[in-house]
Amino acid sequence: MSRYLGSSITKKLVMALAGLFLILFLPIHLGINFMLLKSDPEPFNKAAYFMANFWVIKIFEVVLLATFVIHIIWGIILQIQNWLARPIRYKVPNYSQTSFFSKFMIWTGLIIFIFLIIHFMNFYFIKLGLVKGDPENFYSVAHQLFKIPAYLAIYLISFTILGFHLSHSFWSAFQTLGWDHPKYTPLIKILGLIYAIFIPLGFFIIPIIIYLK
Amino acid sequence: MNITLNIWRQIDSQDKGKFVEYKLDNVSSEMTFLEMLDSLNDKLIREGKDPIAYDSDCREGICGMCGLYINGRPNGPQKGVTTCQLSMSVFKDGEKIIVEPWRSKAFPVIKDLIVDRTAFDKLIQAGGFISVNTGAAPEANAIPIKKEKAERAFDAGICIGCGTCVATCKNASAMLFVSAKVSQFALLPQGQVEAKERVQKMIKAMDELGFGNCTNTGACEAECPKEISLSNIAHLNREFYKAKVK
Repeated sequence: MSRYLGSSITKKLVMALAGLFLILFLPIHLGINFMLLKSDPEPFNKAAYFMANFWVIKIFEVVLLATFVIHIIWGIILQIQNWLARPIRYKVPNYSQTSFFSKFMIWTGLIIFIFLIIHFMNFYFIKLGLVKGDPENFYSVAHQLFKIPAYLAIYLISFTILGFHLSHSFWSAFQTLGWDHPKYTPLIKILGLIYAIFIPLGFFIIPIIIYLK
Repeated sequence: MNITLNIWRQIDSQDKGKFVEYKLDNVSSEMTFLEMLDSLNDKLIREGKDPIAYDSDCREGICGMCGLYINGRPNGPQKGVTTCQLSMSVFKDGEKIIVEPWRSKAFPVIKDLIVDRTAFDKLIQAGGFISVNTGAAPEANAIPIKKEKAERAFDAGICIGCGTCVATCKNASAMLFVSAKVSQFALLPQGQVEAKERVQKMIKAMDELGFGNCTNTGACEAECPKEISLSNIAHLNREFYKAKVK
């Protein structure tokens, strides 16, 4: 099947572009989430309603879903090929100095995927009418969920893992795109690290404040 | 010093293979790793046993023939050295050393610690060359090349094709090797003639030979005895897109 998807570099390019698109989407989602901190549910629900019904966003939604699916499927295909490239493993695991989290992208990705399913069951499937709930009032749905300690724990763990995943993503995408510069590549690496820390941190703060309220 | 070795023994490519333990006394810390193995083989031959098979040729870090996976790292714990350059002084008295062959689908084990690296030859045959007319060597300064480019080409050109990058990569990917070759030629005017075909053919061959995909982990750069830079891989990606677009 893989040969129809092009060469290894083509597949990686698809992964990188899909990943960068998701990297752009996260801050938008975070921005809307910050409205959850207001005591008035109106702005968040309005934003959620706008995101659900404005036609431009609807196209964006389809593209976003497709991006997720592509990023996941391409990632799995590449990973399986990588496992097959070393049928007999070493007795002693590799001690090389490497980008640590890059070794576990498939597993951090799997955990994010599981969280995504939970997230969809709580919100997106309600909107689609697959799961019972009030699509008009996601504000209260979110507030109720964040009051459950187990949910809060799953939420925080998931975003920590996302931070690990992102810490390798940013620079790696640029490297795959062939973007390399003696002066700017170190800057990209720092930017990537800042992104990987502050985006999950943003997602962290919101439920904690709500929980403590 | 006295050491204990755990070495992979495999009669031929069909054999399942296993680790065998050897004790070696009075090892000098001034020996190289291969000299230590030579002395072990000397002992085995005197005992009438089958000596351990491993590759080596120049023993000065230039030919790329040697290459063993020692205690979880290709070419052992020293940085920027081939296995033949590895000094026994980095090991302690009484240390247990586990020696494995390169592990990759593309590099099958022939015997003991020797692997078949024909896959690298096939990669070179796919495009790692330039076509030049035979005859006397042309005047070196006839083609002006920017110093910075010449240096970068040289830094990529010193790859000895030992396979450390494949051995250490968690995906057994040959991207650093291919990128060194593609980058070296892409930087020089002599490499421009076949530039477009070269990168496409080499990547196609790389995929077909069963190497894994690069995940930008960077183990190759960390372990490469010639310290070939990861930026060559970005350059390879660029060359590949350029060839596809044009």
